[in-house]
Amino acid sequence: MDIDPIFLLAAAIKIGVFIGITMTFVSICVIFERRFSAVLQDRVGPNRTMIPLTILGFKKDFALPIGGLTQPVADGLKFILKEDFTPSYVRKFFFWIAPALVVVPALLTMAVIPFGSPMEFGDTFIPMAVADLNVGPLFIFAIASLSVYGITLAGWASNSKYPFFGGVRSCAQMISYEIALGLSVIPVLMMFGTLNLGHIVEYQAANGWLLIPAWGEGLSLERWLMLIPLGISFVIFTTSIFAETNRMPFDLPECETELVGGYHTEYSSMKFALFFMGEYAAMVVGSALIVTLFFGGWSIGFGIDGLLPTGEWWVSLLHIGCFLTKVTVFILFFILVRWTVPRFRYDQLMNLGWIVFFETALINVFLAALVIAYPSIGPAGFAGGFATLIVVTALLIKIAKGATQKPDAQAV
Amino acid sequence: MATIKVERPKLSIGEKVYFGAIFKGMIITLRHAFRSLFGKSVGADELNSSGMGITMQYPEQKWDDQLPEYYRGVPALVTDEQDRERCVSCQLCEFICPPKAIKITPGEIPGDDEWAKVEKRPKEFDIDMIRCIYCGMCEEVCPEQAIYLRPDYVVTGTTRKDMVHDKNRLYEIGGKRIGLVNKWNELK
Repeated sequence: MDIDPIFLLAAAIKIGVFIGITMTFVSICVIFERRFSAVLQDRVGPNRTMIPLTILGFKKDFALPIGGLTQPVADGLKFILKEDFTPSYVRKFFFWIAPALVVVPALLTMAVIPFGSPMEFGDTFIPMAVADLNVGPLFIFAIASLSVYGITLAGWASNSKYPFFGGVRSCAQMISYEIALGLSVIPVLMMFGTLNLGHIVEYQAANGWLLIPAWGEGLSLERWLMLIPLGISFVIFTTSIFAETNRMPFDLPECETELVGGYHTEYSSMKFALFFMGEYAAMVVGSALIVTLFFGGWSIGFGIDGLLPTGEWWVSLLHIGCFLTKVTVFILFFILVRWTVPRFRYDQLMNLGWIVFFETALINVFLAALVIAYPSIGPAGFAGGFATLIVVTALLIKIAKGATQKPDAQAV
Repeated sequence: MATIKVERPKLSIGEKVYFGAIFKGMIITLRHAFRSLFGKSVGADELNSSGMGITMQYPEQKWDDQLPEYYRGVPALVTDEQDRERCVSCQLCEFICPPKAIKITPGEIPGDDEWAKVEKRPKEFDIDMIRCIYCGMCEEVCPEQAIYLRPDYVVTGTTRKDMVHDKNRLYEIGGKRIGLVNKWNELK
């Protein structure tokens, strides 16, 4: 196998740039989180972070008029300069490796996300994803679920009961929601017929975003009918991403009210910051994935992409900008949800995952299959299938009700 | 005692689905966000907000005109209407001061002075503002009504020495006080 030097160079550049973008987004997330939560609660938030020139001997601090955007720098510096305390009773090796295990998967999954349209270089098209894999979503699910090892190991290695509870909770939560996550995305993949995220986005650019089919082939009746299963998919997928990233309303692993600080109670300084970064990086990747699958990834939409010349560098940059804008909107949505919805109780969380989402996603797969198969099986087949589906659904609801019933307190 | 059995409320299907409630919540939080961005939060006017939320941004904006008359800020010395130092350095405040913040070096008034019959005045009068707890006991104990708490509260300094108010500083804060200070006022 001969290696193309252009390919290698392009890959190296892409890795650098995209990791840079992700890390920038992580720090932007932090300041957004603080400022946005502040205005939601009628506060101001950190708005006057300055560059402290006085510690270098200057007369005055230098205040940039950007409303505290230098705050992430200050936060990062604070984390680096803090004392890195390792308690004597921890299992050292795992205690040290756990934070890295949280961050690395989150950053790895970024590799398959297409940031922009392919750029023409010489006579080759360079895709704007680090790895243009043909199994994009599967790769993301496989790698993203590894981050639970970091959290669980952190909880266990801390050798202290609250972190341990946090780790165990995280483990259970991840397993429950992984299933719903995987199942909910199946209707989407059935519709596209491909697992390559780049192709998925190109299809959406030409034929309407998945949830806004307003141009190209998207105007057909089939696509509008598909909105029902796809809408359900979207809701389950988004909620499961919330659970996967350990964000409010599903942040049971770090639940301050019950578990002090959860799995990172014993961590300090940069090791704690790595957990923090891992959570936000997972949030960025989650938003990127939702945008890619449901909202057309980098495409500007409404048929504009078709008018632009393909492969020009400025078009690619425009698309990257469009993608990042959408991701930002979704990050703001994540933050809005965090500061709106109160935390779930643990049994409610498990019920939601195993009884509501798992079954709904399963039924949804068949519903999507019915809609897709409609042209080949005809109205009679469709009606038969639909009736079967309703019966199965009713049965499942009955079983689920039985499962959620609490045992009689008197009987114990 | 009668047992009261609390039933969980029966939820309708709309409430069970939960999404309606989430959207309602989001609308409420977003409304707060927009209102606080445009300075129209509930209570922004009464709380004299800076135009963002209901927060007043401290060093630029202050709440001083709302301080009550009996506010206990920094302790200070006063002179009377003839510019005489009221303090006769009896050192009662120094002895009563719970955190021992006050240090007085008494001094005699020379015989040719206009106020020679008062006999004593402080040579040095230091109040360590790092120690002061603003309790107001010095004010209460003073027989000459020479020291009392002012509504000032901004005491800053970059060194420990900066935080010690000497005699000049104390008179500067206190200024001239005409007539008797009504220290047995019930509000004080």
